[in-house]
Amino acid sequence: MDSLLNILIWLPVLGGGLVIAIGNKRSDIAKWVAVAIAVAVFVLSLGLWTGFDTSTSDMQFVLDLPWIEQFNIRYHIGIDGISMPLIILTTFSTILVIVAGWEVIQNRPADYMAAFLMMEGVIIGVFSSMDAILFYVFWEASLIPMLLIIGIWGGQNRVYAAVKFFLYTFLGSVFLLVSLIYMYTIQGDGASFSLAVLNDLALTLTEQSWIFWAFFLAFAVKVPMFPVHTWLPDAHVQAPTGGSVILAAIMLKMGGYGFFRFSLPITPDASSEFATVVIVLSLIAIVYIGFVALVQKDMKKLIAYSSISHMGFVTLGVFSLFSIVEMGTDGNIIGSLEGVYLGLEGAMIQMISHGFISAAMFLVVGVLYDRLHSRDISTYGGVINSMPKFTGFAVLFAMANAGLPGTSGFVGEFMVILSVLQANFWYAFLAATTLIIGAAYTLWMVKRVFWGPVTNSAVSTLSDINNREFFILAILAVAVIVMGVYPQPVVEVMHASVVNLLEQALTTKLPVTL
Amino acid sequence: MIDYQFNIADLCFALPEIFMLSAAVVILLLDLYTSERFQNLTYYLTQITLFVTGYLAFTLIGESQVIFDGTFVLDTMGSTLKIFTMGFAMVALVYTRHYLKVHNLFKGEYFVLALLSILGMMVMISAHSLLTIYLGLEIMSLSLYTLIAIARDRATAVEAALKYFVLGAIASGLLLYGMSMIYGITGALDIAQIATFATSATLVSEQVLILNFGLVFLVIGIAFKLGAVPFHMWVPDVYQGAPTSVTMFLSTVPKIAAAAMLIRLMIDGLGAMQAYWSDLFMVLAILSIALGSLVALMQSNIKRLLAYSTISHIGFILLGFATGVIEGYGAAAFYVLAYILMSLAAFGSIIALNKQGFEAEQVSDFRGLSKHSPWFALIMLVVMLSMAGVPPFIGFFSKLFILQQVVSAGYVYLAIIAVVFAVISAYYYLQIIKTMYFDDADKEIVVTAPLDMKVVLSINGILILVIGLMPSYWMELAISLF
Repeated sequence: MDSLLNILIWLPVLGGGLVIAIGNKRSDIAKWVAVAIAVAVFVLSLGLWTGFDTSTSDMQFVLDLPWIEQFNIRYHIGIDGISMPLIILTTFSTILVIVAGWEVIQNRPADYMAAFLMMEGVIIGVFSSMDAILFYVFWEASLIPMLLIIGIWGGQNRVYAAVKFFLYTFLGSVFLLVSLIYMYTIQGDGASFSLAVLNDLALTLTEQSWIFWAFFLAFAVKVPMFPVHTWLPDAHVQAPTGGSVILAAIMLKMGGYGFFRFSLPITPDASSEFATVVIVLSLIAIVYIGFVALVQKDMKKLIAYSSISHMGFVTLGVFSLFSIVEMGTDGNIIGSLEGVYLGLEGAMIQMISHGFISAAMFLVVGVLYDRLHSRDISTYGGVINSMPKFTGFAVLFAMANAGLPGTSGFVGEFMVILSVLQANFWYAFLAATTLIIGAAYTLWMVKRVFWGPVTNSAVSTLSDINNREFFILAILAVAVIVMGVYPQPVVEVMHASVVNLLEQALTTKLPVTL
Repeated sequence: MIDYQFNIADLCFALPEIFMLSAAVVILLLDLYTSERFQNLTYYLTQITLFVTGYLAFTLIGESQVIFDGTFVLDTMGSTLKIFTMGFAMVALVYTRHYLKVHNLFKGEYFVLALLSILGMMVMISAHSLLTIYLGLEIMSLSLYTLIAIARDRATAVEAALKYFVLGAIASGLLLYGMSMIYGITGALDIAQIATFATSATLVSEQVLILNFGLVFLVIGIAFKLGAVPFHMWVPDVYQGAPTSVTMFLSTVPKIAAAAMLIRLMIDGLGAMQAYWSDLFMVLAILSIALGSLVALMQSNIKRLLAYSTISHIGFILLGFATGVIEGYGAAAFYVLAYILMSLAAFGSIIALNKQGFEAEQVSDFRGLSKHSPWFALIMLVVMLSMAGVPPFIGFFSKLFILQQVVSAGYVYLAIIAVVFAVISAYYYLQIIKTMYFDDADKEIVVTAPLDMKVVLSINGILILVIGLMPSYWMELAISLF
């Protein structure tokens, strides 16, 4: 089964090529082929879950082949408990967006489906790369399909949004590349880009600080963190529904994943050093961006800002660990281990849960947009009168977005808040305000769009969701509730890896001073 | 020199050059006596000549010999570079034929001049003495000046030819001046003797000074030929003014010869002065990368845009040579290969848009290409992303190898400057993608290029991806040249 991961990367990429070859003229066949490939990939990816050994933090499903021998760059892939759930989230979301675009996309439908398939493969590559350059190749390659998705199928101002998205993330990641090269060159003979080697590479605090900020730039842009978040609202508003879903559900997670996979293990001392800065930025994202979301008139923009705010919990959960525990001189960890696990696992749960909820929210907006071609809140009002089934789903997802207990949105945020409480009361206090702000902007939007009198005659003629839309939203509703009620399996899967990560994050790379 | 005995057996080491020269003369004569109907004959004979010359160079791989009293060297690097020169020239001529046909420029002399300029490049590649280098350079340049002026009815082409001629003459003058300095102090034209002199431990400071002085002029001459800032002034004007097929030729194949000149003069000849020329190259490189990236932002003429993009690529190539280590030279050679492959595909795509009475020159001419010719739009997309340095295309790996060498040589800040400008340059590559994919098509554009061109262009585009995915072999080859 060693090549399962490899199949998961290349099946969608090659399948995307096949769908392009079938062509837009035969789009009916192309769509069915696309959905078949997406489902096949999802089913295969479940093999990662069932075949996963939760007792170890070692990489599993490993494939390690030489690639560019001169620089010892290897095609080295594998997964652990941190990347596996994200891969399944990716394969899951891809089915949704392909089905969601079924009859909505009239312009070049085959290319649209193919772009999402190729992106799926590339993103699985990001989450499974064990070689830093391989990671970077996938990381950057994922920009290409997204650029085209926003630029070809986007809204009015799509060109601006697409170019801004591309350049912003491109600028962020080139420094990542330079720092990877730097770490390679200081190794001397037998140097390697392998993540395992980089994790053990001794670095001075100065080096770590530079590398940390280079990493930070790459990952913070992707997450996105305040103040480098400005590309996201533009990209989300202009992207087609499917693009927004993938962007919010998966691409943002690449940033969070980067912090887990690169920043903490490779630059532990710098991470500890600058943790406060990251925490402050996270809190600004949670509180300030939450208020920004409150005043949005455009539904997609509102959800985009709410995404930034929710992703603040991920970085908060990760970087608060340094305030809770520290490594004792005897090699034992001092402090509340439970609290730290809560924070790290909460951050992971938050990423997955946000993947479901934001996907659902964007699909909800997409359903409305397909009917009235408007994203403005003021266009709507009283949608419940004509679309009762749809409103049921919309309200559920809104509740989840607001963090209602029983939904997945609650679990991650609550875990992170509990964890941060052990670090600093005021951090936790500020983070907890999101339960109020989040509820405010989400429910206020629900009130204005779904309830109240019908202000626009077009709203009264809306037809309720069809079977296809019902199917997508129902699956997401199940996912949101199951994750909310019983997140334990996901926590179990990642626990061993989180323990290992904590160890790495707390092990100093500096020479021991006596 | 007086002792020199001509050895007839030596001639076999110069077989590719001899064959090329004879073939060019034969083709020129044949062309005089063939009627209009057999016009294509010249073209096919030219392609065959290139192929056979490449094959002859291939049979000589592994041979290593300095012949003709130290003026001519045959080594694996030379043979390999010649093979690449032939291959790229063949591709360029496939694209050229379509352009010449639709613009009524199809003349036998075009191909003969192309062959002669390639002959010049081969002499440059195999040059082992200052005089041979200069000889090759002039054979190449004079043919190129004429090639540009072949569209004699176009004012822009004539202007470009004249500009190139005048500035090229100045560059040659500077190069000669530098050579005279080197000759004056070392008393030798032979590269190997110059190298021996430069490495000898008994140099007094005045001698080093004069060597340095000559070195600076050599570097200027090379920078002129490569088009590195601040000696780039001719590049945009010539690229824009010349017929597109000549621009393509100019921006691709001669770069190999220019790189070979750099290798012979700097690395082989003045390798002992590496510390001096490295610094010069670094300044040229960073200026080229910066200016090439910034000024291209303002261009709407795609040939001019690609001219500035070339300047910034040249900057990366110089950065590789500036590292002063073999892996760095290898990275630079790999970059030359990657750059030519991308540049050929880019100009090939422009030429593919040409049709009777329509000259594609503006970025806006690509508008809506993805709708009407999705395949060729995809190729151009690949080329643009590759030039911007986005993985998994060849352009990314060529930049990666250069950056890796630059960082390993201890110049992290140069790598940072280079990548920042790479991001800036991504903006204008994106503009072309935007024009093809995001803008609404206002008119029908159909690629009417003949089948052979479509096939070659497709392979060219696919290679950019495939070599990108498997760069290992080519990188090995590039390093093994040194």
